[in-house]
Amino acid sequence: MSFLNQSIVKPPERKHPGLQASPERLLLVLLVVMVGVFMFSLFLGRYPKLGLMSFQRLAEDDLARRLMFNLRLPRLITALLLGMSLSAAGNVFQMIFSNPLVEPGFLGVSQGAAFGAALSIIVLGSSAAGTQTSALMFAFIGLGSSYLLAQRIRFGGWVLRLVLSGIVISALFSSGLGVLKYIADPLSQLPEITFWLLGSLAHVTWPDVRNIFIPVLLGLLVIYRMRWRLNLLSLDDTISFSLGVAPGRERTLLLVAAVAVTAAVVSVAGMVGWVGLMVPHLARRLFGANARYTTTGSMLIGGTFAMLSDGIARTLLTGEIPLGILTSLIGALLFIFLMISQNVRVTE
Amino acid sequence: MSNVLLAFEKIAFAYDANGKTVLNELSLEVEQNTVTAILGPNGVGKTTLLHLALGWRVPQRGRVLLDGKPLNTYSRRELGQWIGLVPQYEHVSFDYSLLEYVLLGRAPYLKPLSMPGRKDTELAAEALKTVGMADMMHRRVTALSGGERQLVLLARALTQQPRLLLLDEATSHLDLSNKLRLMDVVQNLTHEGITVVLTTHEPEVAASIASHLVLMRAGKVEHSGPIEEEFTGERLTVTYGVPVEVSEVSGRLIALWGHENLHRKRNRDGQ
Repeated sequence: MSFLNQSIVKPPERKHPGLQASPERLLLVLLVVMVGVFMFSLFLGRYPKLGLMSFQRLAEDDLARRLMFNLRLPRLITALLLGMSLSAAGNVFQMIFSNPLVEPGFLGVSQGAAFGAALSIIVLGSSAAGTQTSALMFAFIGLGSSYLLAQRIRFGGWVLRLVLSGIVISALFSSGLGVLKYIADPLSQLPEITFWLLGSLAHVTWPDVRNIFIPVLLGLLVIYRMRWRLNLLSLDDTISFSLGVAPGRERTLLLVAAVAVTAAVVSVAGMVGWVGLMVPHLARRLFGANARYTTTGSMLIGGTFAMLSDGIARTLLTGEIPLGILTSLIGALLFIFLMISQNVRVTE
Repeated sequence: MSNVLLAFEKIAFAYDANGKTVLNELSLEVEQNTVTAILGPNGVGKTTLLHLALGWRVPQRGRVLLDGKPLNTYSRRELGQWIGLVPQYEHVSFDYSLLEYVLLGRAPYLKPLSMPGRKDTELAAEALKTVGMADMMHRRVTALSGGERQLVLLARALTQQPRLLLLDEATSHLDLSNKLRLMDVVQNLTHEGITVVLTTHEPEVAASIASHLVLMRAGKVEHSGPIEEEFTGERLTVTYGVPVEVSEVSGRLIALWGHENLHRKRNRDGQ
């Protein structure tokens, strides 16, 4: 049957949409870069003047030490966790929904958190703990109501129903947020709401890190350990079922992990956009589709990206630039670059 | 000892509890190491039958037995090791390489948190070789033609090392060469102890690779048995509700369908 071998028509060879280096080696490079950026950012700042702090000053100046370990370090760790969480969760969402255009907050999580934060600012006044708790609570209320609504929709597949519910619930919270902004005191409450919505790590302290550390670590661990199975969940349910997967159960576990890490970091940092959408695309550009590598890659790239953005946010001007503005700006620009550069597909 | 691998016992199934019954009082036995073709018009419940065999759909009444035991006594992973599926079409959302995609077939053999290793990769490469795509394993699935994709799906199902392989209209959209290649591979599977159940609406496909034939009509099995007995003009005419004649040309069974006027008219137009 030798004619069979010739009969397959070969399409023109497409260039591998990534680097030719082995994925493991590339991950190692990204890890080294991330650690490097962490150390660099720890020493970078505006004290006593813009630049890197010297070891000598660190040894002699008590204020410098306190600045580094009580202000910069918790902030840097939070930036790292924020970037890793949003990116890993973004990758989970994009795989599970087989849709490269979703981001971790879209199931009512982001808008829920925003509404919760604004509500707390108006009702409870300016209390960081209150704002965080309320944001966290409403993030899960957003997810829960999206989920319940999806179960009640009478048409379409499960994914379509979840996406639709997510959009509707987000819109509800968004209009609720509009009402809250309208009734907020324009001199005291409104600026605070706006600041929260723009996202910032300026006020992060050790207790914040302590609060989010465990849930974020657990969630990331679940996502990391199940990263290969994300590939299975990106298939149609019938197919993943035929491959021995329990699609419903495994998807729920991963979704809960992804939402938990997202809600945790959003509760302390506010709205930090575009990280969760853009970074997984960048990872796929480097590693191809396999979630075994894109998940880890997303975490490393996301952590680095957030630390760099926050570095710019706190050093570029003498005042603080809200982090969310920077991530959206840089993220959107990068996304444009990704879309128009060769061999990258945003859809299909 | 019975050599029945898969049995449907008086199955009743409807997608909506109050809706139209898709399958009604359906009973069928599939013997080990056979290739069974399920033939019938569109919408008769062929795909539903495969989904029931897979355990993806659960019948309202009756039961499905795999190797003598009800499906629900198997764990998810066990079923994944027993049964493979080649769907009619599969949407690929991300840019996987052929090898990465075929490797997904190893899922039922891996522990929940582990990932495929060297041995799994070898099996996947082997399966790609079987379907004649060994030299393409680093290509992107999304860059393949529909027919080639179908072969990749077959390779993934082979990587699963199933005892029972279900093919749902797997040849429908293939050109002749890909169709031939797929049929060649499928026909040889029985030598490796794999039982095949395939649905098709192409009588020729059934006639050339199946050992057994199941004719379905209105949610029921009308006839089932060895292909030589069942593949007759009379039976096919009833099944499809269109005149069908069966002839033997160079030792092969072929089905001629449609009324004579249609074909005469074509001939005249061609002159």
